[in-house]
Amino acid sequence: MNIWISIIIAGFINYFTRLGSILAIKPNKLGPKTKELLNYVPSAVFPAIIFPAVFLSNEGNLVEFNDPKVIAISIAFLFGIFTKNLILTIISGLTSFWIIIFFV
Amino acid sequence: MQSRKKLFFQGFLDILPLMIPVIPFGIIFGAIGIELGFGPYITYASSIIIFSGASQIVIFQLLSAGASSLVAVTSSSVVSTRHLLYGAVVSQHINKLSIYWKIGLSYILTDQAFAVSNEFFLKNKNNKFKHYHLLGSGLTLWFIWQITTIAGIILGSIVPEELGLTFTIPLTFLALLVSYLRNYDHLVVIILSGITSIIFFNAPFKSYIIISSLIALVGAFFIIKFKKRKK
Repeated sequence: MNIWISIIIAGFINYFTRLGSILAIKPNKLGPKTKELLNYVPSAVFPAIIFPAVFLSNEGNLVEFNDPKVIAISIAFLFGIFTKNLILTIISGLTSFWIIIFFV
Repeated sequence: MQSRKKLFFQGFLDILPLMIPVIPFGIIFGAIGIELGFGPYITYASSIIIFSGASQIVIFQLLSAGASSLVAVTSSSVVSTRHLLYGAVVSQHINKLSIYWKIGLSYILTDQAFAVSNEFFLKNKNNKFKHYHLLGSGLTLWFIWQITTIAGIILGSIVPEELGLTFTIPLTFLALLVSYLRNYDHLVVIILSGITSIIFFNAPFKSYIIISSLIALVGAFFIIKFKKRKK
């Protein structure tokens, strides 16, 4: 039962983090500088999910530079820069990751 | 003006490529829930009630590791705080909608739907029905997440661990950044956020995501200031 309650409370809070600022923020009250700053939200948030997942091991230590995850994400990064294409970024990362772990 | 149906379909099409990594992620989540001993009902219910992969995994891992409910719920909520930033961005585009739309769209405002629909909003600021794009992208992700959670619950350990499918998670988020990678100022913010997330990784309640996001936004603030001064 305890677990159910935890999930429901976590769900509520999670939902209100989504709804909260949508309801609270009145866009016409935001200055141009704040609006410009908000353009950086994806660049500020997503790397905080990417970096620890790639550069830290399960135990939380830094991995080596020749770790398959590091090499594959670097290849995907290069594909991302040159092609600006979301699908190619994902496919290049995943195929190079599998080639490294299965064949190298 | 594009019709609502077209915009909804556009949202569906725009988020479709992201299903390549979301499908294995959902399956992994379902399998993890069972593996950690939560059973099919709780595992599946969390995909409806919480509907946020990262928060779901955090709460399951902490509870199964013996952490108190308070710690688990707090950590899962701290991981969710990034949505406050998404809401702040999206509110600029959907503020004229009724409260019912806002209540509904908030539920499906995930990382992926936010990323693809925000890009669409920026390019189509004057489209009256642009929120249908978010409805399309958000519902698509919701639907796939439900199906793949169930698939993971059923398939469970059949999915071989050697495939390293957890790698699809950082890969998704990198793909969501492709349109920013060629901008030097965004690149600085990306690197700043990434490095600080490693430094603060052991901060309590998994707060490293929001800490490094806020530090990176402070960095962005100075970049904007510096750019203005140069002009």
